Amino acid sequence: MRYFELFNIPVDYNVDLAKINQQYLELQRVVHPDRFAGKGEREKLLAVQKTAEINDALAVLKHPVKRAEYMLSERGVDIRAEQQTLQDPIFLMQQMEMREALEELPQSDDVEAAIEQFEQQIKALDVEFSQQLAQQLSSDSEQDLQLAADNIRKLKFVYKLRDELARIEDNLFD
Amino acid sequence: MALLQIAEPGQSAAPHEHKLAVGIDLGTTNSLVATVQSGEAKTLADFDGSVMLPSVVRYQSDDVVVGSAAQQASAEDPTNTLISVKRFLGKTQPEIEQSYGQLPYEFVQTDSGLAVNTVAGPISPVQASAEILRSLRARAEASFAGEELQGAVITVPAYFDDAQRQSTKDAAELAGLKVLRLLNEPTAAAVAYGLDSGQEGVIAVYDLGGGTFDISILRLNQGVFEVLATGGDSSLGGDDFDSALVSVFKQQTGINDLNAKELRLFINKAKACKEALSSYETVNVKLELREQSHTVTITRAEFAELVMPLVKKTLRACRRAAKDAGVSNEEILQVVMVGGSTRMPVIREQVEAFFEKQPLTSIDPDRVVAIGAAIQADILVGNKPDSDMLLLDVLPLSLGLETMGGLVEKIIPRNTTIPVARAQEFTTFKDGQTAMSLHVLQGERELVDDCRSLAKFSLKGIPPMAAGAAHIRVTFKVDADGLLSVSAMEKSTGVQAEIQVKPSFGLSDDQVAQMLKESMSNAKEDMQARMLKEQQVEALRVLEALEASLATDSALLSEQELTHLREQMTLLAQAREQAQSPDEIKNAIEKVDAASSEFASRRMDVSIKKALQGQSVDEV
Repeated sequence: MRYFELFNIPVDYNVDLAKINQQYLELQRVVHPDRFAGKGEREKLLAVQKTAEINDALAVLKHPVKRAEYMLSERGVDIRAEQQTLQDPIFLMQQMEMREALEELPQSDDVEAAIEQFEQQIKALDVEFSQQLAQQLSSDSEQDLQLAADNIRKLKFVYKLRDELARIEDNLFD
Repeated sequence: MALLQIAEPGQSAAPHEHKLAVGIDLGTTNSLVATVQSGEAKTLADFDGSVMLPSVVRYQSDDVVVGSAAQQASAEDPTNTLISVKRFLGKTQPEIEQSYGQLPYEFVQTDSGLAVNTVAGPISPVQASAEILRSLRARAEASFAGEELQGAVITVPAYFDDAQRQSTKDAAELAGLKVLRLLNEPTAAAVAYGLDSGQEGVIAVYDLGGGTFDISILRLNQGVFEVLATGGDSSLGGDDFDSALVSVFKQQTGINDLNAKELRLFINKAKACKEALSSYETVNVKLELREQSHTVTITRAEFAELVMPLVKKTLRACRRAAKDAGVSNEEILQVVMVGGSTRMPVIREQVEAFFEKQPLTSIDPDRVVAIGAAIQADILVGNKPDSDMLLLDVLPLSLGLETMGGLVEKIIPRNTTIPVARAQEFTTFKDGQTAMSLHVLQGERELVDDCRSLAKFSLKGIPPMAAGAAHIRVTFKVDADGLLSVSAMEKSTGVQAEIQVKPSFGLSDDQVAQMLKESMSNAKEDMQARMLKEQQVEALRVLEALEASLATDSALLSEQELTHLREQMTLLAQAREQAQSPDEIKNAIEKVDAASSEFASRRMDVSIKKALQGQSVDEV
């Protein structure tokens, strides 16, 4: 788990975001290209590469889905480039219903309250899947890893809904 | 009494070691240059004492005039007097017409993009910007008795896209400036304020200039300025407030078919009226044209109502940026006002109401950007080796590729910290397909037509395979200046294509070199001699930097490696003294670079380990 090592933090799906940010700043202080402004071209290039790598690691470690996908891929299950293969009719049905509710949301009588309620719903799902993920990703069994993969796929649906909600919110208040 | 010379740690006591580096605020309306002198950043004044150089360039058949002299001629010679050219950088003619309506210029399309026809021939926005930069450079060098400028940090609106940034850099190169960094204007302002107050926490920078609007949310933490999110509109600024007034003038006078001179008169009067409304409740504007005199009366309240749609537009961008940054209004400790347009009372009132706190205006909003840029230039040029300051900036607009059906697939989302590299794999969709064309776009919208087209290039020579069998890896790299390069490679065969994104708007390196050459020969400078000198300076810089690194870390190299590196350094030192052509020195520098790359890599790994170990030791 190179990214975790790079930031010198324990390999665990539950991460300490404050700690990550702090380590990130320490790393940037030594590798950022501005520190090499007076140095040779190779050194500057190296600094740009290293900084880009650290920025990428930060983006992965901070983002719940990307972090989970990364941890899973490091354990031999890479689902980052896959086409959607989730087979869970109940979950998919629930998603469709939520999607419909989202589309009708701008027409509600009290839009702000509706948004608030929808946000709560999304948050509950997020918490549910994330907790399961933390356990599954720390397990050694192949079965747990497959379950984790499914959980990540579900989490992606949830995040898509959240993005969609943000977009609707933007349109409403613009 | 003996005088003691006292130096701050990290600041050299020996004045001859100080290198002249400047920060330049290349503004839509005015441009400024600043530098750090005896530890204090100062804007530099012209011989007549004025700090602000109007960003106006007047072309005559045998002369180019920059600044207030050019500005004064704007009404009588509107077609040859280029004003607010920053708004045209990296833009196409339809875009300009759509954004700014009627302008007193005749646009033409040339090989190197859009240009304005003048008596001196077609002039591109890059060339006109270069004239402004050249004038500021001369001012800086004159302020220091002809001392040569070692480098400049040039500010750009945070919301500038790749084409606009590239054009700015081209202009600097054309003006013979060594660009230490393109720095975002709000970040520069935050530096000026942050270092002043020593404050920590989240701040918002509201920057409304003559032609652009930016909002940035930053976190300040122990000398690190981390941009969390940025937003804005690169074609919304004080000029649009002027145009709103121009339409009122047209309406009130009943004159709608203005010619170039009349239009310039209206715009100049509108600007004056807007500025007067910052101090007075009511302003009478006298418009004399076509042998008639008209008086238009505008009150502050009328003006506020007139421009409210523009103000609201900026506030929407503020809301989105705060959201992208994941901070609430309560978490924002301070709001910093930047740009001359923030003098308008309506802006101050609305911004205060939006963020629910009184905005900071203690540093002159016209100078604050140049001052921040000067502080960073001073550090980058090496005058303050112990400085803790670090600026972490973000990509303002998402970057992506065109996919099937005219859609854009985002490769790097907006507000990603730069520098950054991201790759994505694509495949062929037809059997036996041997080429793939790539269309690079920037923007937030889903359709290609709604985003800015940055470049098109193709990957050729893919061996014929079944559809879907080829794996084409497209890599986007954005450097610390926010500039993009894109490469594509077919993985099984290693067939490659690469481009530095120099779009339909930018100038190719050859074009820059050619223009530079022309401007040099005009100034009777010897290109070859200048390049030789540049390489000599570069060689010295490389050697000094390496000596410093070796002094502390030579133990990281084996004896053999060290000997080899020393040999190459000696050869470079000789080339620096004796070489007749710049290429000889350049080659020697490249050899030293190659010989020292492993050393650089090891040094970096060691410093990373040290940085994090320091952390864990603290915790124990």
